[in-house]
Amino acid sequence: MRGFRGGAHARRIGAWRFPPEMKTLKTVVCVKQVPDTESRIRVAPDGKGIVEGDLGWIVSPYDEYAIEEALRIREKKGGEVVLVSLGPERVLSALRSGLAMGADSAIHLKDPAFDGLDTLGTARALAAAIRPLSADLVLAGQQGVGGDNSQVPGLLAELLGLPQVTMAVKIELADGKATVEREIEGAHEVWETSLPAVVSAQKGLNEPRYASLKGIMAAKKKQVQAMDAAALGLKAEDLAPKVDVVALELPPPRPGVRMIEGEAEAQVKELLRLLHEEAKVL
Amino acid sequence: MPTIVTFAEAREGALRRASLEAVSEARRLADAMGASVQSVVIGSGVGALAGELGAYGADRVHVFEHADLAAYATETWARALGQVITQETPAVVLVPFTAMGRDLAPRVAARVGAGLVSDCVRLEVKDGRLQARRPLYAGKAFATVRWQGDPQMATLRPNVFPLGRKDAARKPETVAGAVDAAARARVVSVAASAAGKVELTEAQIIVSGGRGLKGPENFHLVEELAGALGAAVGASRAVVDAGWVDHQYQVGQTGKTVSPTLYVAAGISGAIQHLAGMSSSKVIVAINKDPDAPIFKVADYGIVGDVFEILPRLTAAARAVRSAGH
Repeated sequence: MRGFRGGAHARRIGAWRFPPEMKTLKTVVCVKQVPDTESRIRVAPDGKGIVEGDLGWIVSPYDEYAIEEALRIREKKGGEVVLVSLGPERVLSALRSGLAMGADSAIHLKDPAFDGLDTLGTARALAAAIRPLSADLVLAGQQGVGGDNSQVPGLLAELLGLPQVTMAVKIELADGKATVEREIEGAHEVWETSLPAVVSAQKGLNEPRYASLKGIMAAKKKQVQAMDAAALGLKAEDLAPKVDVVALELPPPRPGVRMIEGEAEAQVKELLRLLHEEAKVL
Repeated sequence: MPTIVTFAEAREGALRRASLEAVSEARRLADAMGASVQSVVIGSGVGALAGELGAYGADRVHVFEHADLAAYATETWARALGQVITQETPAVVLVPFTAMGRDLAPRVAARVGAGLVSDCVRLEVKDGRLQARRPLYAGKAFATVRWQGDPQMATLRPNVFPLGRKDAARKPETVAGAVDAAARARVVSVAASAAGKVELTEAQIIVSGGRGLKGPENFHLVEELAGALGAAVGASRAVVDAGWVDHQYQVGQTGKTVSPTLYVAAGISGAIQHLAGMSSSKVIVAINKDPDAPIFKVADYGIVGDVFEILPRLTAAARAVRSAGH
């Protein structure tokens, strides 16, 4: 049996439910570190990136749903949760947050060659790290907040040759299959997929736990494996970006507000007149 | 001649408006580049849709029509669109950034090795190459992006690109496509969702409510105004996190980014992450009792007032205007 969390407790509570011949469930969660959503964004002097100096960094909120779901699956089914994140040194704190929530181990993809990767390059690096893990389930947030590309889960699924279900609000595993619910454009869909599969997490999937003090202490002792491009078997051409940001700018300022004065009745009447005659949107 | 391929999303036998926006944009770019436009439509009973794609600018339409293609399946659709891309080697591939496009485009990009730029709000041709503008940080910044190599693949934000002139006399060449329908992940059931029919990201008008409504029992004031305006309902993160309404309604950086023609913010103070999600709306109306609320900084029209006084009157007036036939 591979990777089953041992100890008397685990054996009493969980082990008897799972016959020894059954492989334990391995869930890999992709984690992206992003600027805090309350941050103000400033454009760097090169006009292509953002000023990172005073930004607060967080685990992308959608990835927190993915981590939480992996932990809940482990609580129900046993198995292990492995985090994977790509980025510079600061990304370690995102991995430590996930380990403090309860993930078992983490892999940090770190290499100067990863600077300026586009989404496909990022997905190739993640796929190279995930492929040898023989995961039963790969989870990720449906988008990384900030880049807002919504690409990595789908890219990864194709690169790994796995089925995908994106924007999940409910995931149930049984009999080597996953039943996944998603809310899209006025419809509630139920999907079924064979495992292994890539599933991306949408808001509504769960309510992520806060790390306990005990969890934070335990996280410090958990293993974080660093891997560079060579360790992943990636060549320069795998990483060469196909998409370049040539300029970054702040949005144009809004034209300014026109305040409508008076009593409620008069304000409403004037607002409708302006929307109809001036703005021509009604 | 270079080719632009567009993916045309069909649901329940009809083309999504965003699909027509994509083919309209493809036509505009093709005219600038001297290219031809080919659209791909996949489904059951979709053959009749080719004409409409032609009317908006497709020169050729690849129709994958089969009873087995009644329900969207990522792997099948990716295989079909990938087949067309491999065969036609287009310079540009455009896909609407709808729920389906979001799911499909990355899978296809990995399949054909394309650079993919998500959620574009502007495309132009510079020196024969495509250049895109897209929001980052939910609109706190905008990036100008270019591609290395072909195909240059982009997803297009719905509601932003104008529809082209419809010319019913323009008939496209149609090509019947065939694809292996096998997929490991499949839809097994679909139900209408609580969030209603008007999808936030595609709505022309949105009425959003925030904490100023004081409690979930008052949220009907927002829904009634939305009903009177034919609008979609939105909400701030504060009220979603407080459990007043479903997360589906959330506008902002961790919810939906929207660009409607008219956005009405009722009782929303305007946290940075909310402003990020809606400040690209064409016209913004803010109603808030606090004259210093940040929402007024992005609004076009502001009313300092009590939402409990303003919203019912606005709803009644909007209904009256509507029934008068505007």
